[in-house]
Amino acid sequence: MSHLYDPYKSTSPLLTPESSSPLPAKTWQVPRRDFLKTSAAIGGGLCFAAYVPELAARALNNSPANDVSFAPNAFARIAPDSLVTIIINHSEMGQGIYTSLPMLLNEELEADWSKIRVEAAPVDAAYNHTVFGLQMTGGSTTTPSEWERFRKMGAMARLMLVEAAAQKWSVPASQCHVEKGVVIHNASGRRASYGSLVSAALQLKPPTDIPLKDPKQFTLIGKPTRRLDTPSKINGTAQFGLDVHLPGMLFALVARPPVFGGKVENFDASEALKIKGVRAVEQVPSGVAVIADRFWPAKLGRDKLKISWDEGANARLSTSQMLADFSKQSASPGTIAKKTGDAAAALASAAKTITAEYDVPYLAHAMMEPLNCVVDLRPDSCEIWTGTQFETVDRANAAQVAGLPPEKVQIHTTLLGGGFGRRANPASDFVVEAVHVAKIAKAAVKVVWTREDDLAGGWYRPMWHDRFVAGLDAAGNPTAWMHTIVGQSIAQGTLFAQYMINKEGVDSTSVEGAADILYGIPNLQVDLHTPKIGVPVQWWRSVGHSHTGFSVESFFDEVAHAGGKDPYELRRQLLANQPRMSAVLNLVAEKSGWGKPLPPGRGRGIATHFSFDSYVAQVVEASVEKDGTVRVHRVVCAVDCGRVVNPDIVKAQMEGGIIFGLTAALKTEITLENGRVQQKNFHDYQMLRMFESPEIEVHIVPSELSPTGVGEPSVPPVAPALTNSIFAVTGKRVRRLPIRAADLVAGSGARS
Amino acid sequence: MTAVNASRYRHSSGLLCSGSALSLLMVCQITVIHAAPRGPKPDANASSEAFLQVYKVFTSPRCQNCHPPGDSPLQGDDSHVHLQNVRRGKDGHGVYSMRCNTCHQTTNLPGDHMPPGNPKWLLPTPEHKMVFVGRSPAELCRQLKDPKQTGGRSLQQLLEHVSSDDLVGWAWDPGDGRTPPPLSRAETVAQMKIWVEGSAACPQ
Amino acid sequence: MTSFFLNGQPVTVDDDPSTPLLWVIRDSLALTGTKFGCGMALCGACTVHLEGAAIRSCVAPLSRVSGKHVTTIEGLSPDLSHPLQRAWIEIDVPQCGYCQSGQIMSAAVLLKENPKPTDKDIDEAMSGNICRCGTYSRIRRAIHRASQLATERRPS
Repeated sequence: MSHLYDPYKSTSPLLTPESSSPLPAKTWQVPRRDFLKTSAAIGGGLCFAAYVPELAARALNNSPANDVSFAPNAFARIAPDSLVTIIINHSEMGQGIYTSLPMLLNEELEADWSKIRVEAAPVDAAYNHTVFGLQMTGGSTTTPSEWERFRKMGAMARLMLVEAAAQKWSVPASQCHVEKGVVIHNASGRRASYGSLVSAALQLKPPTDIPLKDPKQFTLIGKPTRRLDTPSKINGTAQFGLDVHLPGMLFALVARPPVFGGKVENFDASEALKIKGVRAVEQVPSGVAVIADRFWPAKLGRDKLKISWDEGANARLSTSQMLADFSKQSASPGTIAKKTGDAAAALASAAKTITAEYDVPYLAHAMMEPLNCVVDLRPDSCEIWTGTQFETVDRANAAQVAGLPPEKVQIHTTLLGGGFGRRANPASDFVVEAVHVAKIAKAAVKVVWTREDDLAGGWYRPMWHDRFVAGLDAAGNPTAWMHTIVGQSIAQGTLFAQYMINKEGVDSTSVEGAADILYGIPNLQVDLHTPKIGVPVQWWRSVGHSHTGFSVESFFDEVAHAGGKDPYELRRQLLANQPRMSAVLNLVAEKSGWGKPLPPGRGRGIATHFSFDSYVAQVVEASVEKDGTVRVHRVVCAVDCGRVVNPDIVKAQMEGGIIFGLTAALKTEITLENGRVQQKNFHDYQMLRMFESPEIEVHIVPSELSPTGVGEPSVPPVAPALTNSIFAVTGKRVRRLPIRAADLVAGSGARS
Repeated sequence: MTAVNASRYRHSSGLLCSGSALSLLMVCQITVIHAAPRGPKPDANASSEAFLQVYKVFTSPRCQNCHPPGDSPLQGDDSHVHLQNVRRGKDGHGVYSMRCNTCHQTTNLPGDHMPPGNPKWLLPTPEHKMVFVGRSPAELCRQLKDPKQTGGRSLQQLLEHVSSDDLVGWAWDPGDGRTPPPLSRAETVAQMKIWVEGSAACPQ
Repeated sequence: MTSFFLNGQPVTVDDDPSTPLLWVIRDSLALTGTKFGCGMALCGACTVHLEGAAIRSCVAPLSRVSGKHVTTIEGLSPDLSHPLQRAWIEIDVPQCGYCQSGQIMSAAVLLKENPKPTDKDIDEAMSGNICRCGTYSRIRRAIHRASQLATERRPS
């Protein structure tokens, strides 16, 4: 019942951890990583909203094909011309859900696919995530969490349209069927298009029993289907947040402190105000805003600002110091996150022990579309246009700043030019700041972040240090595995702490991919140190798995070599009780030609990783040039993500995640010295480019199980598969990302 | 080798005399060129010593970044390979959608790491790559005297390239965040002249 | 005032001549298919054609295009009929889509100058355009496909 529309709940502010949550308690408290364990319960107990939320209704009235459209629920609207608008409650940031969610809905609705249109949902409780109880996009959960609801919404609409036709023809609905948006009476062959049934369907009550197709009858789900958003993305018409243009709109840039947590002491705007087109320069909580007629004068004006900053407590932060501190801290065990058997005792009796330490840096999301937000603030309303992953949170935070109740705040979710987690900010930093600027601008205003602002703006993937000790028996089999993790919690200090951090203080996302490894190692201990550091950190595509995938799978490779085992064979052996992971592992070995000869100078590396309830295995083929430059030639990927909705989109996500992971392995790091972020733009925060990108092959393991995550699971295994391939070809073990050419130059003293 | 039209640049130098540091330099260098023959002829030793001075300039990032081995220009004071897989192209102006002037304007853009600019921005052509990077003083010296490698340019023409070419002149006005060569343009020209006129002796 | 031709239409703007073309196109002329990614000619999202050649509009001053013809993604074809657009649809290249205008504008120059590009040609023409979503392998396939489509369309 918790998902039924409740206008009171839908307009309540998002409360702080201390206060009681206005969101449905049961769903709200499910930690993200436990999500799919509860998915059976969702399917069983979910009630569906057969209503049109107020804001959606407003949009409906404004639409050209207006008053007689049939909106059986919050997700579908059918017009008299049979055009079907599907209202999507998750954000499209590249992952293809503006196509896969309509596929789910239309699998049951059975409208003509060419008549499907997509619209972003307004903020409303009706559109909350079926598990997290917030309107949001993240955690690779969109398809898994909507797998049932979107099909039910489509089925509900179809049942009502069929009923409308049956009543019109005075025949039982059971004697009718549908084909491509047309209801047909089986016996007489009478036909009625969905559009022609709109008025009649409007009069009907929504059904309470909504049976779904047997998956064997699927005609759309599982078929490669072209994306609905491609045409608009190749002719310039797609609307990203940065493309929103309102009449009379002003533009603003904000000068933010050079050190996290810094504050403006005072500033001199006189030179900035001399720039033609600059309208106002004023302080906002996050810095100093320059408001101008256009972006460019705002930028020039900001360049001319003279600001003295109170740099605060973080002015001495240094990542090179943190690197040393983390390593020191990892020498003693932290808070236990997972304990199986007795790793210490098993180590003591091991025939051989090995130890290794791994480091990964802070990473920025670096979406191609820098952050931006348009706000039109009026005395009694606030309209926001932005590409966000976090509508409910943003609305609540914006409302607070605007001094308005949340129902007076409307968020128009645009397309996102990449998200990767950055646009799901617990503090709604880029939205809140824009509302502050709007208060000064006294007109609609677009706040734009430059690339430099984006890279220095914090909310990074945390820096991590991983220390391992393994014990092997005389046959080379690992008997003990101890893993100490050091790094910041992304939940600490946010309202998610209560759901993500257990009572011992372990943030589940800090140890995911480490505490739940699938390998059958009898004695396992994973513990965690959580230092508090003044660098804002956040989820970043694949979250904790982005570091544990690298460290666990690299160290596993070290264990295999230490025990004289083939890395693939040892994985096979220790995954014997994991049929799904075994299947992807064997598939990737077969497709990559594991064990077969390679051209001279090339090596193969293998890695597996379980994340977001999906199973991925990858093999990388790479070579290292004399100057230490790494060339990645080929990546073979196998994935089991349950039932596949759109195989081509799954492949695209695997390809994209592999490039994303390779970029982290080969290129990027955010470093700080004297509290200042050292990287400025794509010259020193480099992305993998076309000439560096490998051939990628993706193989999907067929499955009839429920769909699992797709957007993130291909990221974690690629870095270790690469560094394992480098070890195979050079004998050099890379234990710190990004990979440094200097460590791989022939004759260099790289650790091995 | 960058195409040189010395007379054109001599004429145009007058136009550049608008008070900028660059134009003052150009006046200076012209004086050097025309004044030189009057002095006593330097000996081979002095010639090769002078070349070592010139060599320091030629192998500074501002010069050698556009005289790379291979077909990618270099960037920055550390002379790293130009990002973006930039290629020389048939005419030294890049390829396809990666021509030099795809990004480089006619003037430097303000700000560290912003694309530097000059109307002629280009690399030597593939026929005459004139590689500076990795050359020893002796190798570079012999290369400059080898018409096969210079595209038939005489030492006098090379001197003009260094003294008068607008793009070469950019090296001494390289924009924000780039270190100019260790010698001024006038000093460089003077040393090069000593080298050329002292029988262009090569260091051993 | 600066006048130039944008997708064949004469336009006149009063932006300062030093303003990067990108912001003139996006903010003054409200044509937003051309994207801002870095402002330093490092990512290629802002690629447009100036008299048929690719330029990064984020660093090209407005003065550079005075009196000249500028083509943006919106002007590539009126109806998605350019072989690159057809191939992009066929192969479903874009993910978030933000960089794709720039990718296509770069690829268009490549194909115009080299109707049968090799993988190496693609590496050389397309490495100035960053795609954070990692669509490179599809871009490569789509350029090869567009090359075929363009040939098929040619009469006789």
